[in-house]
Amino acid sequence: MASDGSIAQALAGCQTSWYTLYRMVKFSQAGLDASFTALSDATRRGVLEQLGRSDASITDLAEKFQMTRAGMMKHVGILEQAGLVTTEKVGRVRTCKLGASRLEEETAWLERHRQLWESRFDELDQVVEELKRKEKINGRKK
Amino acid sequence: MDARSESHATPTKNPTTVERRSERELVVTRTVNGPPRIVFEAWAKPELFQRWWVPKSFGLSLVSCEMDVRTGGQYRLVFRCGDSEPMAFFGRYVEVIPSARIVWTNDEAGDSGPVTSVTFEEKAGKTLVIMHELYPSKEALDAAMASGEKSCVDETFDQLDTLLVSLPPRG
Repeated sequence: MASDGSIAQALAGCQTSWYTLYRMVKFSQAGLDASFTALSDATRRGVLEQLGRSDASITDLAEKFQMTRAGMMKHVGILEQAGLVTTEKVGRVRTCKLGASRLEEETAWLERHRQLWESRFDELDQVVEELKRKEKINGRKK
Repeated sequence: MDARSESHATPTKNPTTVERRSERELVVTRTVNGPPRIVFEAWAKPELFQRWWVPKSFGLSLVSCEMDVRTGGQYRLVFRCGDSEPMAFFGRYVEVIPSARIVWTNDEAGDSGPVTSVTFEEKAGKTLVIMHELYPSKEALDAAMASGEKSCVDETFDQLDTLLVSLPPRG
């Protein structure tokens, strides 16, 4: 059985789509469906739990779960489509890792970046208000 | 009398959005309650720019700010966080169209820095500001995101106030 932690992490990740907030709203339903489908299988939950401990190749995972590479590829493909897992092929080895934490990191970074810009714009607002006031006063003098 | 009603008006705060539009692009938008001409001025005049570019809440101080906002002009900003080593950010203005658009390079990161453009679009007397950062590659943007944002909110404001007071007066 997968630990609560990895499922929680997986769910948190699947609720956050890759790019934007509006895209998140648009695609979150589809993303959730894909994630629930992915999580409905015991092997796939096991794979997530395994990848929560360390990255692994398809071959490692196939051995661990006693199935063929092709069978494992299929499971990993479903997890990958749901955004829960990412894979990268280097040479002949395809390495799998949890996708959720990367999504969370990116989302957190974008939020920090947004806050930086929000703070900047809040202060820019004040400068602009001041310039508008000055312009109005100068305009009246003419 | 209009001056009085104006002074009572509190500026409304518009939402700021950030989007990773593609593997190597970030887009930030915000509407500013003033015409593009004024927003451009606040962006292009160093004495105005330095009043807002480094938000007080970030605890960074801008120790120097040289900007020649013209096509082909250069800029150099030096920041300091408390007692740490100053950090310099510099680059070149690739395109400057008054009241409409500024494009600059970010050369401190060598070849991996983005090209940033900001456009000012007039919308019923207000300005839609669109900041667009285009990184040379997906890897460059991923790396920028992994390295985190420069911030030193942990520094005490007292320390910074002292530092700011010690800066030579400008004007």
